[in-house]
Amino acid sequence: MTSTSIIEPQSDIIAATSLKDSRLPLWKQAGAEPFLRIDSITKKFGEFTAVDNISLDIYKNELFCLLGGSGSGKSTLLRMLAGFESPTSGRIIIDGVDMAGIQPWKRPVNMMFQSYALFPHLSVEENVAFGLKREGLDRSEVKQRVAKMLDMVQLGHLGKRKPDQLSGGQRQRVALARSLVKRPKLLLLDEPLGALDKKLREETQFELIRIQEELGVTFVVVTHDQEEAMTLASRIGVMNHGLIVQTAEPHDVYEYPNSRFVAEFIGSVNLFEGVVIEDLPDSVRIDSKDAGAILYVNHGISCAPNQKVHVALRPEKTQISKEKPEQAENCIRGVIEEIAYMGSLSVYRVRLPSGKEVRVTQPNTTRELGARLTWNDEVYLFWDVDSSVVLTS
Amino acid sequence: MKRRSLFLNTTATMGFIFLYAPMIALVVYSFNKSKLVTVWGGWSLKWYGELFRNDQIIDAALLSFKIAFISASVAVVLGTMAGFVLSRFRRFRGKMLLAGWISAPLVMPEVITGLSLLLLFVAMEGAFGWPSGRGTSTIIIAHVTFCMAYVAVIVQSRLSQLDETLEEAAMDLGAKPSSLFFLVTLPLIMPAVISGWLLSFTMSLDDLVIASFVSGPGNSTLPMVIFSKVRLGVSPEVNALATLMIAVVAIGVIGAMYQMRRQAKLIEKQT
Repeated sequence: MTSTSIIEPQSDIIAATSLKDSRLPLWKQAGAEPFLRIDSITKKFGEFTAVDNISLDIYKNELFCLLGGSGSGKSTLLRMLAGFESPTSGRIIIDGVDMAGIQPWKRPVNMMFQSYALFPHLSVEENVAFGLKREGLDRSEVKQRVAKMLDMVQLGHLGKRKPDQLSGGQRQRVALARSLVKRPKLLLLDEPLGALDKKLREETQFELIRIQEELGVTFVVVTHDQEEAMTLASRIGVMNHGLIVQTAEPHDVYEYPNSRFVAEFIGSVNLFEGVVIEDLPDSVRIDSKDAGAILYVNHGISCAPNQKVHVALRPEKTQISKEKPEQAENCIRGVIEEIAYMGSLSVYRVRLPSGKEVRVTQPNTTRELGARLTWNDEVYLFWDVDSSVVLTS
Repeated sequence: MKRRSLFLNTTATMGFIFLYAPMIALVVYSFNKSKLVTVWGGWSLKWYGELFRNDQIIDAALLSFKIAFISASVAVVLGTMAGFVLSRFRRFRGKMLLAGWISAPLVMPEVITGLSLLLLFVAMEGAFGWPSGRGTSTIIIAHVTFCMAYVAVIVQSRLSQLDETLEEAAMDLGAKPSSLFFLVTLPLIMPAVISGWLLSFTMSLDDLVIASFVSGPGNSTLPMVIFSKVRLGVSPEVNALATLMIAVVAIGVIGAMYQMRRQAKLIEKQT
């Protein structure tokens, strides 16, 4: 795989219904004009390829998340959009304008830095006004726009403070205000919530979405935190080793990962290795030594007979019970090895006869549910035929 | 609070005595009434009065301050530029040479710096007729040469601690590199620049060896005048002068230390 393009509406059915249908998101509409086009971008640092021939279309008003571990190239890609790095090859087109040779201070792009990069010698107001003053706007307009922006991030009363007199959450909001006040066409956010504690993160996530919808700015967010990506994004691009492995909506990335990497990177997953023994157009049977059973999946895959595949199963889609369930398909046995009671849910680690360990999470819907199963219980694990996914790569 | 041991207390006391006893003796004797330097004859401000009536010393002092002020100011500009180039530019041709040149005056014996500058000035005079003779301008050039090395080192270390994303953020918000330097970088390295200036000022004021090499007749700096006076026997007015100089230098050093501490606090807060 050398490049990954977004899921374009190439299927006839979608194309026919989606034309001019404004309820569908832009990326599902045929012929929609992308706002930001990343066209086979490669960035090399000496021998090392940080970004490897990435092509990506991002549409207006999207909140696009680039998700990946450290060294996946996501930050390099963001820095190329801002103009701090120039690509080794390829083009970046923002709103129809090729960005090649355009310096960072001339781009219609603003960035919110991971460290926030607030100017320590300037007050909150002066920080926010910095960008507007560079545009040469007159004083009254600068003042008015700064005040309005600070009100929007609920910091109107702290304008005279210096950054070191603010809490982490407040600094984050100043950084956001400063990057939005110039009304950029495209806002880049580098790990925007990384430095905040958990409670503040959750509040800020919704705040970001509200602001994004209110201003109609296109956001590109870089993050290593899959939860952050899931809540924020309209679409997620999962990156690994300089490549975009999958681009899809959060729901699809989670429910239909296209590779083992994506399945394991986003959420936790149990993977059963096996061999395809029956390959029908709408279903497959896989003989898995890991699971010690023949697994049945009710969607077709394109694969060779006897090909080695993985069946991916999310822990929360697996049922656990001491009684034998009625279903015959996809039912395996094991012994509970460990239980973690987490309040709203319980996590069980079940050892299969093959030695494989399976993670199962169950919501504690009643008070006594969690207490019914205990260590060393022999249990049945079972799941619906459409709960698991077959991964060929 | 932790109790200090006897050993530590003794060491500290001894250290302070060795460092400050001579200076205290000098300050006390500057208020001596007696004409003999070594004999105490009661308190008096007589020698301060004598000092201010001595035109030779006053002229030398004014010249020294003038030279120190100009060299410190020029050295700060050049040194800041050099420090900026060393810390911000990635590899370039001659970077090693520049880095070596910056640190050379710090480690070179003053005699050698002085001698080499003297040779240079003489050769230049022979080649282009400038500088014609040696005087104030050659002392300033010599002082700038070694002072800017100190400024460059101080500024460079401050810049390397500075978060580079601040500069990127300024660019991102529409600041061109030229205005970016004055709007963001310079205010943030200002403490280092100020302490570099103070250090340069004190070192220029203090310098005897290099100035002796590159000065001409009638351009004696204060240390040169003191040194020549002391050779003819110590006069009590030199004590008075030395006391004033200690005061000036102490103010400079305390100022520099205060700036450094503020700078360190600023960095602490940033991270």
